[in-house]
Amino acid sequence: MVMATRMDTQALLALSDYTIRFTTPDGTVKAVNGLDLTVEPGETVAVVGESGSGKSQTFNGVFGLLAGNAETSGEALFEGRDLLKLSPRELDKVRGADMAMVFQDPMTALNPAMKIKHQLAETLKVHKGLKRREAEAQALAMLKTVGIPEAERRIEQYPHQLSGGMRQRVVIAMALLCRPKLIVADEPTTALDVTIQAQILDLFRDLTADAGTALVLITHDLGVVAGIADKVVVMYAGRIVEEAGVDALFARPAMPYTAALIRSIPRVDRDAEAVEPIGGRPPDLIHPPSGCPFHPRCRFAEDKCRRERPPLAEIEPGRRAACWFPFIDATSATGEAIRSSETLDG
Amino acid sequence: MAETLLSVEHLSTVFSLRGRSLFAPNVELKAVSDVSFSLEKGETLGIVGESGCGKSTLGRSILRLIEPTEGRVVWQGKSLTDLSAGEMRKARRDLSIIFQDPVASLDPRMNVGQIIAEPLKVAEPSLSRKERRERVEKVMEEVGLAPEMINRYPHEFSGGQAQRIGIARAIVTEPKLIVCDEPVSALDVSIQAQIVNLLKALKQRMGLTLIFISHDLSVVRLVSDRILVLYLGRVVEIGPRRDVFANPGHPYTKALLAAAPIPDPKIARQREKTPLRGDPPSPIDPPSGCAFRTRCPIARDVCAEERPPLAEVGAGHHAACLFWEEVRADPAIAG
Amino acid sequence: MTLYVGKREALEDAFIGRDDEMPRGKPRSVTRDAMRRLRANKAAMAALFVFAFIVLAAIFGPYLIPYDYETPDWNAFTAPPSIESGHYFGTDQNGRDLLARTLYGTRVSLLVALIATAVSVFVGVLYGAVSGFAGGRIDAAMMRFVDVMYALPYILFVILLMVMFGRNVFLLFAAIGLLEWLTMARIVRGQTLSLKEKEFVEAARAAGVSSFPIILRHIVPNLVGPVVIYASLTIPEIVITESFLSYLGFGVQEPLTSLGTLISEGTDAIGAADWLLFFPGGVLVTMLLALAFIGDGLRDAFDPKDR
Repeated sequence: MVMATRMDTQALLALSDYTIRFTTPDGTVKAVNGLDLTVEPGETVAVVGESGSGKSQTFNGVFGLLAGNAETSGEALFEGRDLLKLSPRELDKVRGADMAMVFQDPMTALNPAMKIKHQLAETLKVHKGLKRREAEAQALAMLKTVGIPEAERRIEQYPHQLSGGMRQRVVIAMALLCRPKLIVADEPTTALDVTIQAQILDLFRDLTADAGTALVLITHDLGVVAGIADKVVVMYAGRIVEEAGVDALFARPAMPYTAALIRSIPRVDRDAEAVEPIGGRPPDLIHPPSGCPFHPRCRFAEDKCRRERPPLAEIEPGRRAACWFPFIDATSATGEAIRSSETLDG
Repeated sequence: MAETLLSVEHLSTVFSLRGRSLFAPNVELKAVSDVSFSLEKGETLGIVGESGCGKSTLGRSILRLIEPTEGRVVWQGKSLTDLSAGEMRKARRDLSIIFQDPVASLDPRMNVGQIIAEPLKVAEPSLSRKERRERVEKVMEEVGLAPEMINRYPHEFSGGQAQRIGIARAIVTEPKLIVCDEPVSALDVSIQAQIVNLLKALKQRMGLTLIFISHDLSVVRLVSDRILVLYLGRVVEIGPRRDVFANPGHPYTKALLAAAPIPDPKIARQREKTPLRGDPPSPIDPPSGCAFRTRCPIARDVCAEERPPLAEVGAGHHAACLFWEEVRADPAIAG
Repeated sequence: MTLYVGKREALEDAFIGRDDEMPRGKPRSVTRDAMRRLRANKAAMAALFVFAFIVLAAIFGPYLIPYDYETPDWNAFTAPPSIESGHYFGTDQNGRDLLARTLYGTRVSLLVALIATAVSVFVGVLYGAVSGFAGGRIDAAMMRFVDVMYALPYILFVILLMVMFGRNVFLLFAAIGLLEWLTMARIVRGQTLSLKEKEFVEAARAAGVSSFPIILRHIVPNLVGPVVIYASLTIPEIVITESFLSYLGFGVQEPLTSLGTLISEGTDAIGAADWLLFFPGGVLVTMLLALAFIGDGLRDAFDPKDR
């Protein structure tokens, strides 16, 4: 099953045959299915998919944050150690120190009854064993790094006294405090205004460039990843359906789902009468469709797609796609069809 | 000559907030200040701005879901703001609203049929049960839902389907104006396109006039004929879509455009960092003069002294900036 | 840019799409979902059966046994429970069958609790919903009235009512219900305050529905969860109140009886005739426990997030 050559010795995070199942009264939810994914040190990887694609669950599992009815199998190697086999105590040491997570709603990560100063300092005291004074000094410096104006005043405040964008900055500062090697940001800008989103994305871009931190950006919006990601992983029904460098993915999407996702984004820099939606909706993960999970919504689906599930195969160096009829070269029939529908844009 | 359907004249909505302590005086929050515009039949006006700029309050004040403090809303020649409660209820059949959160806007205890039929019961009480059911099934078809879903409950549906139910409820009385308050921002991008296209198609089919409120400029560009930009409750720019997007007259509009993501890595990487710093100031205590000056890249001393009036910068295109010529001379970000 | 003007068909079909995938299974209303969760709760279901048994016994039991609650058996004064004599629970000092008296007492206690709870739900829900929905000055005035009522000493109030209503037990407990509604009104008002900010209430206002129909159609049905939960907690509270008042001599008068009266008599006979306390006390405790489990089950069923 594993087609791409993995370099376990170098990868920062390597998931292989990674699977998550939830047992519910209605049946077993096949949330993540045999995922193979690597994140290299310093790399920015965007994980894109609709709600229910398993993109968030994948990384909640990596951080040991899944609900009680979840069952995980496969491997999740972080610097060669399998996170799934660590005891909760060992996992706690890795979490926060070497890898950190930023959520969509900053309030879930902040204690409403604690001053910003104490929340930030606590992380440092626990993971780095710093004294209070030193921890607070570092916390203040970090708040300045993430661009919080009047940091000296803000650090004495409680989370509810800050705006949404400012809170997200605090959470990012908290994630960065111990200089982690990996930051996973789950929809970090979805709840924010465009103007604040742009600021946060700029911040992420600077931080990863300066500190060499690897970033996994989980989002449903392909638009936000264009300017920041090195590599894009598209997930559908708990599987990776396409993986490519950001330029190649936007310029020549190989899988119809990716192409459809790109075309469904309205553009601020163009006039258009309509954008093309993806018909239907994400599949039921208790009763997933036979064959290719995308076939019920795919307008290029053929019999083979309905019968057999395409494996995630390398279609050109550094690119993988799970499709029986990927658009590799512009001359293929389906490629023509895809391209011709681009006339929709003005 | 298109007829003017709605005109909003110097509309202001002020909220009175309790003071911090028991004896502190109440604080006034001007959510909407002196907003004027008119809307022609069949037109779509996009209202954009950051959260807290008063765009939702403006939409609700027009429909008198929030009572405006000053100014008038003239609807087909009648002043809505002068109607009695009873007359206003009658007028509501022509005015509708679609909400942001598709699930929260549907009563969890009612089934789809009851939800969609509610406005109809008020607008046309003489309909028989059977006629009402037929009307409900017809609009369900129209918004792309199966009529068999009529006995289902809101929590059984996906977000996209729930929003279609909300749209069905909004059009069942065959209104003339619909205020769409962030109708797609709670949905996945792939579902957003379906709902936007549905709204556009309904507008064409039923000859609707829309007020489309959103913080997402790319969606607004897709649906609107004209754009109104709000900042701290005031109109900073209003004009035809193409002109506003191609050559904005206010630095705030320009900053908004620069902040909107573009799904093209080459363009996205070339763009400069967003010029906007921080959050908008508090509407309780807005800056003197031009409210945007605290975040404006080209602000000067005069900007603090007087509030710039809406100047005509193009045909039907107004912007509230003293230096609009300078703003327009600079090449625009989005072509 | 105007590419699709000539292709409206295409715009309508491919671009709007349909989203008519039916949800699976039967339509599931919120109440039906809650009932399904309740059925899955074994403790609550067992408690429900026990409670139902007690209720049925209290209703039909007196007709099925050979003795009634007020006629003395001249052959058995203070007789211990025995199978042969047919006095399964024994008899009291006056030779009256304790089983009959317990069944009758349970019936009276339940009836009283039911009346008081019904009154408190009706008044509390309406008062709370109107107060919360109206808001502003009306709300403030209505809630201050509730505060004043709260401040009145309970027993003083009961004695006052006794003077007003004399010996009519059911009127008295309707009046106790009028006291119980205070807490209900507060709970309902709090819920209404958050409900009326919901977009579906705004949607109804936008459709031109006036205030009172909104309260009846949108607010009250959405209060079912908290109201049912609180009502299930009110019933045992009133059973206890009744027992307490009867114990003090304010409640039910001879020869009519209630669980509280029976327990009060039983305590006097402790050591001499323990069964006089044991049986009515056992029924009361069982009933209260069952109601507590049912209340708990209902809370979990209506509020699954809280678990």
